[in-house]
Amino acid sequence: MGRNLKFNIFRYNPLDSRSVPHTDSFSLEETDSMTLFIALTRIREEQDPSLQFDFCCRAGICGSCAMVINGRPGLACKTLTRELPDEITLMPLPVFKLIGDLSVDTGTWFRAMNEKVGSWIHTDKTLDPDAHEERMDNALAEEIYELERCVECGCCVASCGTANMREDFVGAVALNRIARFMLDPRDQRKEREYFEVIGTDEGIFGCMGLLACEDVCPKELPLQDQLGILRRKMGWSAVKHLFRFG
Amino acid sequence: METEFSDLLCIGAGLAGERVAVEAASQGFKALCLSLVPPRRSHSSAAQGGMQAALGNCAMGEGDSPDVHFEDTVKGSDWGCDQEVARLFVETAPRAVREMAFWGIPWNRVVPGKSTYFKGGKQYEKVEAKEKEGLITARSFGGTAKWRTCYTSDGTGHTLLYTMDNKVVELGVKVHDRMEAISLIHDGETCMGAVVRDLKTGKLRAYLAKATLIATGGYGRIYRETTNAVINEGAGAIIALDTGIVPIGNPEAVQFHPTGIVPTHILVTEGCRGDGGTLLDVNEDRFMPEYEPEKAELASRDVVSRWMIHHIRRGLGVKGHYGDHLWLDIRHLGAHHIKTKLREVEEICNNFLGIDPITQLIPVRPAQHYTMAGVRTDKDGAAYGLKGLFAAGEAACWDLHGFNRLGGNSLAETVVAGKIVGEKIAEFLKGYEVSFKTSVIRDCMVRDLERIERLVSCKDGNEDVYRIRNAMQDELMDRVGIFRNGTDLQKAVDNLEEIYERAKKVGIRSNWIGASPELTLAIKIQGMVRLALCVAYGALKRTESRGCHAREDFEARNDRDWLNRTLATWKEGDSLPTLNYEPASRVIALPPGSRGYGESKIISADEETSEEA
Repeated sequence: MGRNLKFNIFRYNPLDSRSVPHTDSFSLEETDSMTLFIALTRIREEQDPSLQFDFCCRAGICGSCAMVINGRPGLACKTLTRELPDEITLMPLPVFKLIGDLSVDTGTWFRAMNEKVGSWIHTDKTLDPDAHEERMDNALAEEIYELERCVECGCCVASCGTANMREDFVGAVALNRIARFMLDPRDQRKEREYFEVIGTDEGIFGCMGLLACEDVCPKELPLQDQLGILRRKMGWSAVKHLFRFG
Repeated sequence: METEFSDLLCIGAGLAGERVAVEAASQGFKALCLSLVPPRRSHSSAAQGGMQAALGNCAMGEGDSPDVHFEDTVKGSDWGCDQEVARLFVETAPRAVREMAFWGIPWNRVVPGKSTYFKGGKQYEKVEAKEKEGLITARSFGGTAKWRTCYTSDGTGHTLLYTMDNKVVELGVKVHDRMEAISLIHDGETCMGAVVRDLKTGKLRAYLAKATLIATGGYGRIYRETTNAVINEGAGAIIALDTGIVPIGNPEAVQFHPTGIVPTHILVTEGCRGDGGTLLDVNEDRFMPEYEPEKAELASRDVVSRWMIHHIRRGLGVKGHYGDHLWLDIRHLGAHHIKTKLREVEEICNNFLGIDPITQLIPVRPAQHYTMAGVRTDKDGAAYGLKGLFAAGEAACWDLHGFNRLGGNSLAETVVAGKIVGEKIAEFLKGYEVSFKTSVIRDCMVRDLERIERLVSCKDGNEDVYRIRNAMQDELMDRVGIFRNGTDLQKAVDNLEEIYERAKKVGIRSNWIGASPELTLAIKIQGMVRLALCVAYGALKRTESRGCHAREDFEARNDRDWLNRTLATWKEGDSLPTLNYEPASRVIALPPGSRGYGESKIISADEETSEEA
């Protein structure tokens, strides 16, 4: 016999005028290697088919299932119930617009973020389809990949003090994305162009240095380092700009 | 009625859908994508291994060419593929890889000098050439003569998808996420778009387009155990089949993978067995040498999966809460090897099982993995039967994979087919005009609204949608799985027909206002059972073994009678699909022969009676 788990789950359906935000409790017997994916799927199929939450790959790859698990943002699919106490409280991610229960709209937020930071290779070159690829050092390719591993789950945004207070703050995810493109020789943007995007309080100077982003990142991205590096670079850029060296 | 208009409507915004949209948008057309999830969460991201393209840059890929890739692909398909398509694919793949590099993929590159690699548990050495330094490198995958699989560490699908979506953002292509197409708008000749349900609000909207693309991926979730994402329920195949005109090609062609972890069926790589991992039963005895004395755990995917299921049926599986399973043992490989060469496996075990593979056994069981089947198209990606309808990627039966898909060819197909079909759609759109008949649009919309009304008011009954789905999944898993025989298949067809009748009586039990996950599934359930019936019935009628379709009662590949492709359509009111057949390939550059691996009994095309070759 496994433990009897009690799930306290935030419930609210904004489209139903009779719905008010509240908590529902469900109990479930724990089974071997139970993840929150297994548990929530069972609750929906066996106890309450109206329960809303998001899973997609259920393998920690796609970033769909971020939620606040006993007070801490994390990927539900990657969370084993055995690592949690008998009572498990699940809340939707803050900052993002609520769709219903544990489901939030990350799609709109991240599309806007990607547009804002210009999340693509900026180049005036054109591709010669018959030519060999441009060479790149493997170590550099791996360094870029290291930062590209972000899955846009939203945990860093949900755990960020600034993002919770200010709607216009781009969040660690956007700053990490900028850092990724700054590393990439294929992107021809100059430091000053990056400065225009993140050299403000909406960007790197809005960061209060609390660094919960790094603590909760399910991909364990080196966010603290990247924020530090960017702050230094953008600081210098500001000084150069002031004296018109840049 | 809310209406959206575009030149091209892409249903699905994974790699294939977005690549097509990028092509159309680059050529000045208005493309719009629909996606069940935010596009970067599409299942394309889960393809970790890589994409095949014959670049021949790395030492173990020396001498590679599209010709060699072509041969591997045709053999892999067990001669079920369309050889014109395979040729087009292998020629385009290198250009597609370089294009993706130009757009920002951090492909792993050639590092000159000596390095080591593992094969069959043994360590070997190779030397990379100095003059190739910094070019795109490749790794080894099963069924290929050369190392041809380009990759970015353990996240190739992820980087491809992010780079492609970056391109989509750059071009300003709109992606409407959390949207599900629930029927195609057509008049029996021309497709004009789709009726779409908003998964945030539950509202219906008409999306009108000159060209409509189905790129919704595979439909692994009609099986109980699958490595696929939870969204892979076959929405695209369902709406195509519902037209009564557009066929599903080779529905019976379904690939399984031997080592999905229990209970979540997340894949652990074949590298575990390649490096010397073993499979154990309930008594912790190694059983593969008993069945395959020579190759043991290193036999092909299908063979290993078959014996695993066979062994479980003999009662030697490990009983568990989630059904019987077997053990994968990599403990003897040691902490160093596991922590360096099999890092992903260690992470999967830690994160999703709470197991330490250095000291503990890993519970595994074969699971459905890939859908070779799909919306049948010509080599330009145009669907059979309806003008203006196209398909690409896993959702399509283009048909690159025939009866078995090679590792690394699926990810490659998404961007290669996306590029080719995108160009063909752009050509199609030039000068093409369509008249949208308001009566057709209204009829489609009204039919869907009525369908939903009947579900939420329980007008036809109050069957529980999850029970119906589970019954369907059990039927496919237990009787239309890895090894098949006439008796079981007939029983599956009979049972699925009954399940289909029950599916018509589903009623919604919960509050359905808004996004309602229960209603979302209920809208699809009849279509899912129809798909399941196509798989089961197609498998029953194909009395041979080819690629992944392995019949215990017809063990030989029969080129005399079955060198063809199943085309399944569904006539309104029927309880079974209508099956037709077409030749597997119009052009045969590589005549049927032995694949050079796996068991092979072949009845050749010129034999008059059944003999084993």
